[in-house]
Amino acid sequence: MNGWQALFYKEVLRFWKVGFQTVAAPVITAILYMMIFGHVLEDSEKVYGQVHYTAFLLPGLVMMSVLQNAFANSSSSLIQSKIMGNLVFLLLTPLSHRAWFVAYVGSSVVRGLAVGVGVMLATWWYAQPSLVAPLWIVLFAVLGAALLGSLGVIAGLWAEKFDQMAAFQNFIIMPMTFLSGVFYSIHSLPGFWQQVSHLNPFFYMIDGFRYGFFGVSDVSPWLSLSIVSLALLLVGALALHLLRTGYKIRH
Amino acid sequence: MSGFPSRRQALPALIGAFRHMPAVSFQNVSKTYRSARGELQALRGVSFDIEAGEFFGLLGPNGAGKTTLISILAGLARASGGRVQVLGHDVQTDYAAARRALGVVPQELVFDPFFNVRETLRLQSGYFGIRHNDDWIDELLAGLGLADKADANMRQLSGGMKRRVLVAQALVHKPPVIVLDEPTAGVDVELRQTLWHFISQLNRQQGSTVLLTTHYLEEAEALCGRIAMLQRGQLVALEKTSELLAKASSNVLRFKTDDVLPAQLAAQARVTGRVVQLPAHNAHEVEQWLALAREAGVQADDVEIRKADLEDVFLEVMDRASRGSGVPA
Repeated sequence: MNGWQALFYKEVLRFWKVGFQTVAAPVITAILYMMIFGHVLEDSEKVYGQVHYTAFLLPGLVMMSVLQNAFANSSSSLIQSKIMGNLVFLLLTPLSHRAWFVAYVGSSVVRGLAVGVGVMLATWWYAQPSLVAPLWIVLFAVLGAALLGSLGVIAGLWAEKFDQMAAFQNFIIMPMTFLSGVFYSIHSLPGFWQQVSHLNPFFYMIDGFRYGFFGVSDVSPWLSLSIVSLALLLVGALALHLLRTGYKIRH
Repeated sequence: MSGFPSRRQALPALIGAFRHMPAVSFQNVSKTYRSARGELQALRGVSFDIEAGEFFGLLGPNGAGKTTLISILAGLARASGGRVQVLGHDVQTDYAAARRALGVVPQELVFDPFFNVRETLRLQSGYFGIRHNDDWIDELLAGLGLADKADANMRQLSGGMKRRVLVAQALVHKPPVIVLDEPTAGVDVELRQTLWHFISQLNRQQGSTVLLTTHYLEEAEALCGRIAMLQRGQLVALEKTSELLAKASSNVLRFKTDDVLPAQLAAQARVTGRVVQLPAHNAHEVEQWLALAREAGVQADDVEIRKADLEDVFLEVMDRASRGSGVPA
Protein backbone atom coordinates (compact mmCIF):
# COMPACT_ATOMS: atom_id res chain seq x y z
CA MET A 1 0.00 0.00 0.00
CA ASN A 2 1.40 3.39 -0.95
CA GLY A 3 1.12 6.11 1.66
CA TRP A 4 -1.56 8.01 -0.24
CA GLN A 5 -3.68 4.87 -0.46
CA ALA A 6 -3.55 4.46 3.31
CA LEU A 7 -4.58 8.09 3.82
CA PHE A 8 -7.32 7.78 1.19
CA TYR A 9 -8.59 4.61 2.89
CA LYS A 10 -8.50 6.33 6.29
CA GLU A 11 -10.43 9.33 5.00
CA VAL A 12 -13.13 7.10 3.43
CA LEU A 13 -13.30 4.98 6.59
CA ARG A 14 -13.59 8.15 8.68
CA PHE A 15 -16.77 9.36 6.98
CA TRP A 16 -18.17 5.85 6.57
CA LYS A 17 -17.95 5.23 10.33
CA VAL A 18 -20.32 8.13 10.86
CA GLY A 19 -22.44 7.33 7.81
CA PHE A 20 -25.72 8.45 9.39
CA GLN A 21 -24.32 11.95 9.69
CA THR A 22 -22.26 12.07 6.50
CA VAL A 23 -24.40 10.14 3.99
CA ALA A 24 -27.89 9.40 5.32
CA ALA A 25 -28.60 12.89 6.72
CA PRO A 26 -27.95 14.77 3.43
CA VAL A 27 -30.09 12.23 1.58
CA ILE A 28 -32.98 12.86 3.96
CA THR A 29 -32.54 16.64 3.57
CA ALA A 30 -32.66 16.31 -0.23
CA ILE A 31 -35.85 14.19 0.01
CA LEU A 32 -37.45 16.95 2.10
CA TYR A 33 -36.44 19.58 -0.47
CA MET A 34 -37.91 17.44 -3.22
CA MET A 35 -41.18 16.83 -1.37
CA ILE A 36 -41.70 20.49 -0.39
CA PHE A 37 -40.51 22.32 -3.51
CA GLY A 38 -41.85 19.60 -5.80
CA HIS A 39 -45.30 19.79 -4.20
CA VAL A 40 -45.45 23.60 -4.14
CA LEU A 41 -44.08 24.18 -7.64
CA GLU A 42 -45.28 21.08 -9.48
CA ASP A 43 -47.92 23.04 -11.39
CA SER A 44 -45.51 25.81 -12.43
CA GLU A 45 -44.48 26.36 -16.03
CA LYS A 46 -42.39 23.61 -17.62
CA VAL A 47 -38.68 24.33 -17.76
CA TYR A 48 -37.01 24.43 -21.20
CA GLY A 49 -40.63 24.16 -22.43
CA GLN A 50 -40.70 20.38 -21.94
CA VAL A 51 -39.40 19.35 -18.50
CA HIS A 52 -41.63 19.08 -15.41
CA TYR A 53 -40.37 21.14 -12.50
CA THR A 54 -39.80 18.12 -10.21
CA ALA A 55 -37.79 16.36 -12.91
CA PHE A 56 -35.80 19.59 -13.41
CA LEU A 57 -35.24 19.92 -9.68
CA LEU A 58 -33.86 16.41 -9.12
CA PRO A 59 -30.47 16.82 -10.90
CA GLY A 60 -30.01 20.18 -9.17
CA LEU A 61 -30.59 18.63 -5.75
CA VAL A 62 -28.29 15.70 -6.55
CA MET A 63 -25.47 18.01 -7.69
CA MET A 64 -25.97 20.36 -4.74
CA SER A 65 -25.63 17.39 -2.37
CA VAL A 66 -22.53 16.15 -4.22
CA LEU A 67 -20.85 19.56 -3.99
CA GLN A 68 -21.73 20.36 -0.39
CA ASN A 69 -20.67 16.94 0.88
CA ALA A 70 -17.44 16.88 -1.08
CA PHE A 71 -16.56 20.23 0.50
CA ALA A 72 -17.63 19.08 3.96
CA ASN A 73 -15.47 15.95 3.79
CA SER A 74 -12.03 17.43 3.28
CA SER A 75 -12.71 20.64 5.21
CA SER A 76 -14.15 19.00 8.33
CA SER A 77 -11.52 16.26 8.41
CA LEU A 78 -8.69 18.79 8.27
CA ILE A 79 -10.09 21.22 10.81
CA GLN A 80 -10.99 18.45 13.24
CA SER A 81 -7.50 16.98 12.98
CA LYS A 82 -5.95 20.42 13.42
CA ILE A 83 -8.02 21.31 16.46
CA MET A 84 -7.72 17.88 18.11
CA GLY A 85 -4.00 17.85 17.33
CA ASN A 86 -3.97 14.46 15.64
CA LEU A 87 -2.83 15.97 12.33
CA VAL A 88 0.65 15.51 13.80
CA PHE A 89 0.46 11.79 12.93
CA LEU A 90 0.32 12.76 9.26
CA LEU A 91 2.84 15.59 9.54
CA LEU A 92 5.42 13.13 10.88
CA THR A 93 5.12 10.79 7.89
CA PRO A 94 7.00 10.91 4.58
CA LEU A 95 3.72 11.57 2.69
CA SER A 96 4.22 14.23 0.00
CA HIS A 97 1.88 17.16 -0.55
CA ARG A 98 0.63 15.39 -3.68
CA ALA A 99 -0.26 12.30 -1.62
CA TRP A 100 -2.21 14.49 0.83
CA PHE A 101 -4.03 16.18 -2.05
CA VAL A 102 -4.97 12.96 -3.84
CA ALA A 103 -6.16 11.31 -0.61
CA TYR A 104 -8.22 14.23 0.71
CA VAL A 105 -9.73 15.18 -2.65
CA GLY A 106 -10.24 11.54 -3.69
CA SER A 107 -12.12 10.71 -0.50
CA SER A 108 -14.22 13.87 -0.93
CA VAL A 109 -15.18 12.70 -4.42
CA VAL A 110 -16.17 9.30 -3.00
CA ARG A 111 -18.36 10.88 -0.31
CA GLY A 112 -19.89 13.36 -2.77
CA LEU A 113 -20.75 10.56 -5.20
CA ALA A 114 -22.07 8.30 -2.42
CA VAL A 115 -24.44 11.03 -1.26
CA GLY A 116 -25.35 11.92 -4.86
CA VAL A 117 -26.25 8.34 -5.70
CA GLY A 118 -28.24 8.11 -2.47
CA VAL A 119 -30.21 11.28 -3.27
CA MET A 120 -30.85 10.11 -6.81
CA LEU A 121 -32.10 6.70 -5.72
CA ALA A 122 -34.25 8.16 -2.93
CA THR A 123 -35.95 10.77 -5.12
CA TRP A 124 -36.10 8.94 -8.45
CA TRP A 125 -39.62 7.61 -7.81
CA TYR A 126 -40.80 11.20 -7.33
CA ALA A 127 -39.51 12.75 -10.53
CA GLN A 128 -38.14 10.12 -12.92
CA PRO A 129 -36.10 12.41 -15.18
CA SER A 130 -34.57 11.10 -18.40
CA LEU A 131 -30.90 10.08 -18.76
CA VAL A 132 -29.93 11.44 -22.15
CA ALA A 133 -26.13 11.55 -21.74
CA PRO A 134 -24.95 9.61 -18.65
CA LEU A 135 -21.26 10.28 -19.33
CA TRP A 136 -21.80 14.03 -18.91
CA ILE A 137 -23.54 13.27 -15.61
CA VAL A 138 -20.58 11.27 -14.31
CA LEU A 139 -18.03 13.73 -15.68
CA PHE A 140 -19.59 16.81 -14.04
CA ALA A 141 -20.26 14.96 -10.78
CA VAL A 142 -16.61 13.90 -10.50
CA LEU A 143 -15.15 17.26 -11.59
CA GLY A 144 -17.53 19.20 -9.33
CA ALA A 145 -16.80 16.98 -6.33
CA ALA A 146 -13.04 17.28 -6.97
CA LEU A 147 -13.32 21.09 -7.21
CA LEU A 148 -15.26 21.33 -3.94
CA GLY A 149 -12.97 18.76 -2.30
CA SER A 150 -10.01 20.98 -3.25
CA LEU A 151 -11.81 24.04 -1.93
CA GLY A 152 -12.43 22.08 1.28
CA VAL A 153 -8.69 21.44 1.59
CA ILE A 154 -8.04 25.20 1.30
CA ALA A 155 -10.77 26.03 3.84
CA GLY A 156 -9.57 23.27 6.21
CA LEU A 157 -6.01 24.61 6.12
CA TRP A 158 -7.05 28.25 6.43
CA ALA A 159 -9.63 27.96 9.23
CA GLU A 160 -8.25 27.94 12.77
CA LYS A 161 -11.57 27.37 14.54
CA PHE A 162 -14.96 25.89 13.74
CA ASP A 163 -16.46 29.38 13.62
CA GLN A 164 -14.26 30.35 10.67
CA MET A 165 -15.13 27.13 8.92
CA ALA A 166 -18.85 27.76 9.43
CA ALA A 167 -18.38 31.26 7.97
CA PHE A 168 -16.66 29.82 4.89
CA GLN A 169 -19.47 27.31 4.45
CA ASN A 170 -22.40 29.63 5.14
CA PHE A 171 -21.15 32.82 3.46
CA ILE A 172 -19.40 31.35 0.41
CA ILE A 173 -20.31 27.74 -0.36
CA MET A 174 -24.01 27.84 0.55
CA PRO A 175 -24.97 31.06 -1.34
CA MET A 176 -22.96 30.10 -4.41
CA THR A 177 -24.68 26.70 -4.46
CA PHE A 178 -28.20 28.04 -3.89
CA LEU A 179 -27.77 30.85 -6.43
CA SER A 180 -26.40 28.60 -9.14
CA GLY A 181 -29.67 27.33 -10.60
CA VAL A 182 -30.37 24.36 -8.36
CA PHE A 183 -33.99 25.38 -7.96
CA TYR A 184 -34.56 27.34 -11.19
CA SER A 185 -33.35 27.89 -14.73
CA ILE A 186 -31.42 31.13 -14.94
CA HIS A 187 -33.48 32.00 -18.02
CA SER A 188 -36.32 32.70 -15.60
CA LEU A 189 -34.24 35.48 -14.00
CA PRO A 190 -34.12 39.17 -15.04
CA GLY A 191 -31.27 39.97 -17.45
CA PHE A 192 -28.96 41.47 -14.85
CA TRP A 193 -29.16 38.46 -12.55
CA GLN A 194 -28.64 36.14 -15.50
CA GLN A 195 -25.35 37.94 -16.14
CA VAL A 196 -24.41 37.69 -12.46
CA SER A 197 -25.18 33.95 -12.50
CA HIS A 198 -22.74 33.50 -15.37
CA LEU A 199 -19.94 34.64 -13.03
CA ASN A 200 -20.70 31.83 -10.59
CA PRO A 201 -18.66 28.69 -11.37
CA PHE A 202 -21.20 26.59 -9.45
CA PHE A 203 -23.77 27.46 -12.14
CA TYR A 204 -21.68 25.69 -14.81
CA MET A 205 -21.29 22.58 -12.66
CA ILE A 206 -25.03 22.25 -12.16
CA ASP A 207 -25.97 23.27 -15.69
CA GLY A 208 -23.53 20.80 -17.25
CA PHE A 209 -24.69 18.05 -14.88
CA ARG A 210 -28.32 18.77 -15.80
CA TYR A 211 -27.46 18.57 -19.50
CA GLY A 212 -26.67 14.89 -18.98
CA PHE A 213 -30.26 14.28 -17.89
CA PHE A 214 -32.25 16.32 -20.41
CA GLY A 215 -29.90 17.06 -23.31
CA VAL A 216 -30.85 20.72 -22.81
CA SER A 217 -29.09 23.34 -20.70
CA ASP A 218 -28.81 27.09 -20.20
CA VAL A 219 -25.32 27.18 -21.77
CA SER A 220 -23.33 24.72 -23.90
CA PRO A 221 -22.01 21.76 -21.85
CA TRP A 222 -18.63 22.27 -23.53
CA LEU A 223 -18.45 25.79 -22.16
CA SER A 224 -19.43 24.46 -18.72
CA LEU A 225 -16.81 21.72 -18.99
CA SER A 226 -14.11 24.26 -19.91
CA ILE A 227 -14.95 26.58 -17.04
CA VAL A 228 -15.28 23.80 -14.44
CA SER A 229 -11.98 22.24 -15.60
CA LEU A 230 -10.20 25.59 -15.44
CA ALA A 231 -11.63 26.28 -11.96
CA LEU A 232 -10.49 22.84 -10.81
CA LEU A 233 -6.99 23.48 -12.15
CA LEU A 234 -6.73 26.84 -10.39
CA VAL A 235 -8.23 25.74 -7.07
CA GLY A 236 -6.32 22.44 -7.16
CA ALA A 237 -3.05 24.28 -7.82
CA LEU A 238 -3.69 26.61 -4.88
CA ALA A 239 -4.54 23.68 -2.56
CA LEU A 240 -1.37 21.86 -3.65
CA HIS A 241 0.70 25.00 -3.08
CA LEU A 242 -0.70 25.43 0.44
CA LEU A 243 -0.04 21.78 1.25
CA ARG A 244 3.51 22.00 -0.14
CA THR A 245 4.35 25.06 1.92
CA GLY A 246 2.66 23.64 5.03
CA TYR A 247 0.34 26.66 5.27
CA LYS A 248 -0.79 26.95 8.91
CA ILE A 249 0.21 23.34 9.66
CA ARG A 250 4.03 23.55 9.75
CA HIS A 251 5.56 26.50 11.61
CA MET B 1 6.63 -11.22 9.30
CA SER B 2 5.19 -11.23 5.81
CA GLY B 3 6.20 -8.57 3.32
CA PHE B 4 8.63 -6.93 5.74
CA PRO B 5 12.13 -7.99 6.77
CA SER B 6 12.46 -9.03 10.38
CA ARG B 7 13.62 -6.38 12.82
CA ARG B 8 16.60 -8.53 13.82
CA GLN B 9 17.83 -8.59 10.20
CA ALA B 10 16.91 -5.15 8.97
CA LEU B 11 17.77 -2.73 11.73
CA PRO B 12 21.37 -3.74 12.55
CA ALA B 13 22.14 -3.80 8.80
CA LEU B 14 20.72 -0.32 8.40
CA ILE B 15 22.52 0.95 11.47
CA GLY B 16 25.77 -0.64 10.26
CA ALA B 17 25.46 1.12 6.93
CA PHE B 18 25.11 4.48 8.64
CA ARG B 19 27.59 3.82 11.47
CA HIS B 20 30.09 6.31 10.04
CA MET B 21 27.69 9.24 10.24
CA PRO B 22 25.82 10.74 13.17
CA ALA B 23 22.26 9.56 13.67
CA VAL B 24 21.18 13.17 14.14
CA SER B 25 23.15 16.28 13.32
CA PHE B 26 22.14 19.82 14.31
CA GLN B 27 24.28 22.41 12.53
CA ASN B 28 24.01 26.04 13.67
CA VAL B 29 20.22 25.78 13.99
CA SER B 30 18.31 28.96 14.72
CA LYS B 31 14.62 29.65 14.88
CA THR B 32 12.77 32.95 15.18
CA TYR B 33 9.01 33.11 15.64
CA ARG B 34 7.47 36.28 14.25
CA SER B 35 4.08 37.56 15.34
CA ALA B 36 2.21 40.84 15.65
CA ARG B 37 3.68 41.19 19.15
CA GLY B 38 7.23 41.02 17.85
CA GLU B 39 9.95 38.43 17.42
CA LEU B 40 10.86 35.55 19.68
CA GLN B 41 14.21 33.90 19.12
CA ALA B 42 13.61 30.33 20.25
CA LEU B 43 16.96 28.87 19.09
CA ARG B 44 20.31 30.63 18.65
CA GLY B 45 22.82 28.67 16.58
CA VAL B 46 22.52 25.26 18.24
CA SER B 47 25.05 22.67 17.00
CA PHE B 48 25.65 19.10 18.18
CA ASP B 49 25.59 15.53 16.88
CA ILE B 50 23.97 12.40 18.29
CA GLU B 51 25.85 9.23 17.39
CA ALA B 52 24.12 6.07 16.22
CA GLY B 53 23.09 3.84 19.12
CA GLU B 54 23.28 6.61 21.74
CA PHE B 55 20.69 7.17 24.45
CA PHE B 56 20.84 10.95 24.46
CA GLY B 57 19.17 13.40 26.84
CA LEU B 58 18.12 16.94 25.93
CA LEU B 59 17.43 18.95 29.06
CA GLY B 60 16.42 22.50 29.81
CA PRO B 61 13.82 24.54 31.63
CA ASN B 62 10.44 25.33 30.04
CA GLY B 63 10.87 27.63 27.05
CA ALA B 64 14.53 26.67 26.56
CA GLY B 65 13.85 25.53 22.98
CA LYS B 66 13.80 21.73 23.40
CA THR B 67 10.45 21.18 21.71
CA THR B 68 11.28 23.70 18.97
CA LEU B 69 14.49 21.79 18.23
CA ILE B 70 12.58 18.50 18.09
CA SER B 71 9.85 20.08 15.93
CA ILE B 72 12.50 21.16 13.41
CA LEU B 73 14.03 17.67 13.50
CA ALA B 74 10.59 16.11 12.89
CA GLY B 75 9.59 18.54 10.11
CA LEU B 76 6.81 20.12 12.18
CA ALA B 77 8.64 23.47 12.03
CA ARG B 78 11.21 24.96 9.70
CA ALA B 79 14.50 26.33 10.96
CA SER B 80 15.16 30.02 10.30
CA GLY B 81 18.80 29.12 9.77
CA GLY B 82 21.17 26.15 9.89
CA ARG B 83 20.70 22.55 8.95
CA VAL B 84 19.39 19.34 10.52
CA GLN B 85 20.13 15.84 9.23
CA VAL B 86 18.88 12.39 10.21
CA LEU B 87 21.28 9.62 9.16
CA GLY B 88 22.65 12.01 6.55
CA HIS B 89 19.24 13.01 5.18
CA ASP B 90 18.41 16.71 5.32
CA VAL B 91 15.05 17.16 7.07
CA GLN B 92 13.98 19.75 4.49
CA THR B 93 15.40 18.74 1.13
CA ASP B 94 15.27 14.96 1.75
CA TYR B 95 12.34 14.96 4.16
CA ALA B 96 10.83 11.62 3.13
CA ALA B 97 14.00 9.63 3.92
CA ALA B 98 14.59 11.65 7.10
CA ARG B 99 11.06 11.00 8.40
CA ARG B 100 11.26 7.29 7.56
CA ALA B 101 14.29 7.13 9.85
CA LEU B 102 12.53 8.97 12.69
CA GLY B 103 9.92 7.83 15.18
CA VAL B 104 8.62 10.76 17.18
CA VAL B 105 6.48 10.53 20.31
CA PRO B 106 4.85 13.97 20.56
CA GLN B 107 4.49 15.76 23.87
CA GLU B 108 0.74 16.41 23.55
CA LEU B 109 -1.64 13.56 24.33
CA VAL B 110 -3.46 13.46 20.98
CA PHE B 111 -5.49 10.73 19.30
CA ASP B 112 -7.94 10.14 16.46
CA PRO B 113 -11.36 9.33 17.97
CA PHE B 114 -12.65 7.57 14.86
CA PHE B 115 -10.49 4.47 15.20
CA ASN B 116 -9.55 1.69 17.58
CA VAL B 117 -5.97 0.94 18.63
CA ARG B 118 -5.24 -1.67 15.97
CA GLU B 119 -6.79 0.45 13.19
CA THR B 120 -4.72 3.42 14.35
CA LEU B 121 -1.49 1.40 14.17
CA ARG B 122 -2.37 -0.19 10.82
CA LEU B 123 -3.15 3.21 9.31
CA GLN B 124 0.07 4.68 10.68
CA SER B 125 1.98 1.75 9.10
CA GLY B 126 0.18 2.48 5.84
CA TYR B 127 1.32 6.10 5.80
CA PHE B 128 4.89 4.75 5.73
CA GLY B 129 3.97 2.41 2.87
CA ILE B 130 4.00 -0.70 5.09
CA ARG B 131 1.24 -3.27 4.71
CA HIS B 132 0.75 -6.58 6.56
CA ASN B 133 2.46 -5.17 9.65
CA ASP B 134 0.35 -7.08 12.19
CA ASP B 135 3.21 -9.21 13.57
CA TRP B 136 5.17 -6.11 14.59
CA ILE B 137 1.99 -4.37 15.75
CA ASP B 138 1.26 -7.36 18.02
CA GLU B 139 4.84 -7.19 19.34
CA LEU B 140 4.41 -3.48 20.10
CA LEU B 141 1.04 -4.04 21.77
CA ALA B 142 2.49 -6.79 23.97
CA GLY B 143 5.67 -4.86 24.78
CA LEU B 144 3.73 -1.75 25.81
CA GLY B 145 1.03 -3.60 27.77
CA LEU B 146 -1.70 -2.83 25.24
CA ALA B 147 -2.51 -6.36 24.04
CA ASP B 148 -5.97 -6.43 25.65
CA LYS B 149 -6.80 -2.94 24.30
CA ALA B 150 -6.21 -3.69 20.60
CA ASP B 151 -9.90 -3.46 19.72
CA ALA B 152 -10.78 -0.62 22.10
CA ASN B 153 -11.67 2.75 20.60
CA MET B 154 -9.11 5.44 21.37
CA ARG B 155 -11.77 7.46 23.22
CA GLN B 156 -12.24 4.64 25.73
CA LEU B 157 -8.60 4.56 26.82
CA SER B 158 -7.19 6.22 29.93
CA GLY B 159 -4.51 8.90 29.57
CA GLY B 160 -1.75 6.43 30.32
CA MET B 161 -3.04 3.97 27.73
CA LYS B 162 -3.32 6.72 25.12
CA ARG B 163 0.33 7.62 25.86
CA ARG B 164 1.32 4.00 25.20
CA VAL B 165 -0.49 4.10 21.84
CA LEU B 166 1.44 7.28 20.97
CA VAL B 167 4.67 5.38 21.60
CA ALA B 168 3.46 2.43 19.51
CA GLN B 169 2.53 4.80 16.66
CA ALA B 170 6.01 6.28 16.69
CA LEU B 171 7.59 2.82 16.49
CA VAL B 172 5.25 1.23 13.97
CA HIS B 173 7.66 1.71 11.04
CA LYS B 174 10.69 0.49 13.02
CA PRO B 175 12.62 3.76 12.97
CA PRO B 176 16.37 3.60 13.71
CA VAL B 177 16.09 6.96 15.55
CA ILE B 178 13.47 7.37 18.29
CA VAL B 179 12.56 10.79 19.66
CA LEU B 180 10.66 11.01 22.94
CA ASP B 181 9.46 14.50 23.88
CA GLU B 182 8.64 14.39 27.59
CA PRO B 183 6.99 10.97 27.29
CA THR B 184 6.52 10.44 31.02
CA ALA B 185 5.04 13.84 31.90
CA GLY B 186 2.14 13.15 34.25
CA VAL B 187 2.07 9.37 33.85
CA ASP B 188 2.08 6.68 36.52
CA VAL B 189 5.00 4.62 37.71
CA GLU B 190 3.86 1.45 35.94
CA LEU B 191 3.81 3.13 32.54
CA ARG B 192 7.21 4.69 33.14
CA GLN B 193 8.70 1.32 33.94
CA THR B 194 7.00 -0.39 30.96
CA LEU B 195 8.09 2.38 28.63
CA TRP B 196 11.71 2.55 29.79
CA HIS B 197 12.06 -1.22 29.77
CA PHE B 198 10.79 -1.35 26.17
CA ILE B 199 12.80 1.62 24.88
CA SER B 200 15.99 0.51 26.66
CA GLN B 201 15.59 -2.91 25.07
CA LEU B 202 15.35 -1.31 21.61
CA ASN B 203 18.42 0.78 22.39
CA ARG B 204 20.56 -2.05 23.75
CA GLN B 205 19.46 -4.99 21.63
CA GLN B 206 18.56 -3.33 18.33
CA GLY B 207 20.97 -0.40 18.47
CA SER B 208 18.22 2.20 18.11
CA THR B 209 19.28 5.77 18.76
CA VAL B 210 17.13 7.49 21.38
CA LEU B 211 16.74 11.23 21.90
CA LEU B 212 14.88 12.00 25.12
CA THR B 213 13.65 15.25 26.57
CA THR B 214 12.36 15.10 30.12
CA HIS B 215 11.92 17.16 33.24
CA TYR B 216 12.53 14.06 35.38
CA LEU B 217 16.27 14.37 35.79
CA GLU B 218 16.63 11.09 37.63
CA GLU B 219 15.31 9.40 34.45
CA ALA B 220 17.87 11.20 32.32
CA GLU B 221 20.64 10.30 34.77
CA ALA B 222 19.64 6.63 34.77
CA LEU B 223 19.06 6.26 31.03
CA CYS B 224 21.14 8.74 29.03
CA GLY B 225 24.79 8.18 28.19
CA ARG B 226 25.23 11.77 27.07
CA ILE B 227 23.35 14.94 27.83
CA ALA B 228 22.88 18.34 26.21
CA MET B 229 21.42 21.28 28.13
CA LEU B 230 19.65 24.20 26.53
CA GLN B 231 18.86 27.55 28.04
CA ARG B 232 17.09 30.39 26.22
CA GLY B 233 17.76 28.75 22.87
CA GLN B 234 21.48 28.17 23.43
CA LEU B 235 23.48 25.05 24.14
CA VAL B 236 25.00 25.48 27.61
CA ALA B 237 26.30 21.95 28.25
CA LEU B 238 27.10 18.89 26.15
CA GLU B 239 28.87 16.01 27.87
CA LYS B 240 28.75 12.39 28.94
CA THR B 241 26.42 12.03 31.90
CA SER B 242 29.21 10.52 34.03
CA GLU B 243 31.54 13.44 33.23
CA LEU B 244 28.84 15.98 34.01
CA LEU B 245 28.31 14.35 37.39
CA ALA B 246 32.05 14.13 38.04
CA LYS B 247 32.41 17.83 37.29
CA ALA B 248 29.86 18.78 39.91
CA SER B 249 31.71 21.24 42.08
CA SER B 250 30.25 20.15 45.37
CA ASN B 251 28.53 17.58 47.52
CA VAL B 252 25.16 18.31 49.00
CA LEU B 253 24.22 18.81 52.66
CA ARG B 254 20.64 17.59 53.12
CA PHE B 255 18.41 17.90 56.18
CA LYS B 256 14.76 18.22 57.14
CA THR B 257 13.24 21.05 59.14
CA ASP B 258 9.92 22.69 59.99
CA ASP B 259 11.59 26.02 60.85
CA VAL B 260 12.07 29.12 58.70
CA LEU B 261 15.58 29.39 57.24
CA PRO B 262 17.67 32.53 57.80
CA ALA B 263 18.18 34.69 54.68
CA GLN B 264 21.79 33.58 54.19
CA LEU B 265 20.77 29.92 54.06
CA ALA B 266 17.57 30.50 52.08
CA ALA B 267 19.54 32.26 49.31
CA GLN B 268 21.66 29.14 48.67
CA ALA B 269 19.22 26.37 49.55
CA ARG B 270 17.02 24.23 47.33
CA VAL B 271 13.89 23.64 49.44
CA THR B 272 11.32 20.95 48.67
CA GLY B 273 8.67 20.85 51.42
CA ARG B 274 10.60 20.02 54.63
CA VAL B 275 13.73 19.00 52.74
CA VAL B 276 16.59 21.53 52.54
CA GLN B 277 19.60 20.94 50.27
CA LEU B 278 22.73 23.09 50.28
CA PRO B 279 25.91 22.85 48.17
CA ALA B 280 28.93 21.99 50.32
CA HIS B 281 32.44 21.77 48.84
CA ASN B 282 34.14 20.53 52.00
CA ALA B 283 33.69 19.77 55.70
CA HIS B 284 34.31 23.42 56.60
CA GLU B 285 31.32 24.54 54.53
CA VAL B 286 29.14 21.82 56.09
CA GLU B 287 30.08 23.09 59.54
CA GLN B 288 29.35 26.70 58.48
CA TRP B 289 25.86 25.85 57.17
CA LEU B 290 24.99 23.88 60.29
CA ALA B 291 26.34 26.66 62.54
CA LEU B 292 24.16 29.24 60.73
CA ALA B 293 21.14 26.98 61.15
CA ARG B 294 21.87 26.46 64.86
CA GLU B 295 22.31 30.22 65.47
CA ALA B 296 18.95 30.91 63.79
CA GLY B 297 17.29 28.27 65.97
CA VAL B 298 16.62 25.95 63.03
CA GLN B 299 16.12 22.34 64.15
CA ALA B 300 17.85 20.15 61.51
CA ASP B 301 16.72 16.48 61.40
CA ASP B 302 17.91 13.51 59.30
CA VAL B 303 21.12 15.29 58.36
CA GLU B 304 23.14 13.65 55.57
CA ILE B 305 25.81 14.51 53.03
CA ARG B 306 25.32 13.03 49.56
CA LYS B 307 27.00 13.23 46.18
CA ALA B 308 25.61 15.76 43.72
CA ASP B 309 23.09 14.28 41.29
CA LEU B 310 22.03 15.45 37.82
CA GLU B 311 19.50 17.84 39.27
CA ASP B 312 22.26 19.62 41.21
CA VAL B 313 24.44 19.74 38.09
CA PHE B 314 21.50 21.00 36.03
CA LEU B 315 20.79 23.83 38.45
CA GLU B 316 24.46 24.72 38.63
CA VAL B 317 24.80 24.84 34.83
CA MET B 318 21.61 26.88 34.44
CA ASP B 319 22.72 29.27 37.16
CA ARG B 320 26.18 29.69 35.60
CA ALA B 321 24.68 30.23 32.14
CA SER B 322 22.23 32.84 33.42
CA ARG B 323 24.93 34.82 35.17
CA GLY B 324 27.34 35.00 32.27
CA SER B 325 28.72 33.18 29.25
CA GLY B 326 26.79 35.32 26.80
CA VAL B 327 23.33 33.95 27.49
CA PRO B 328 21.03 36.96 27.39
CA ALA B 329 18.60 37.36 30.23
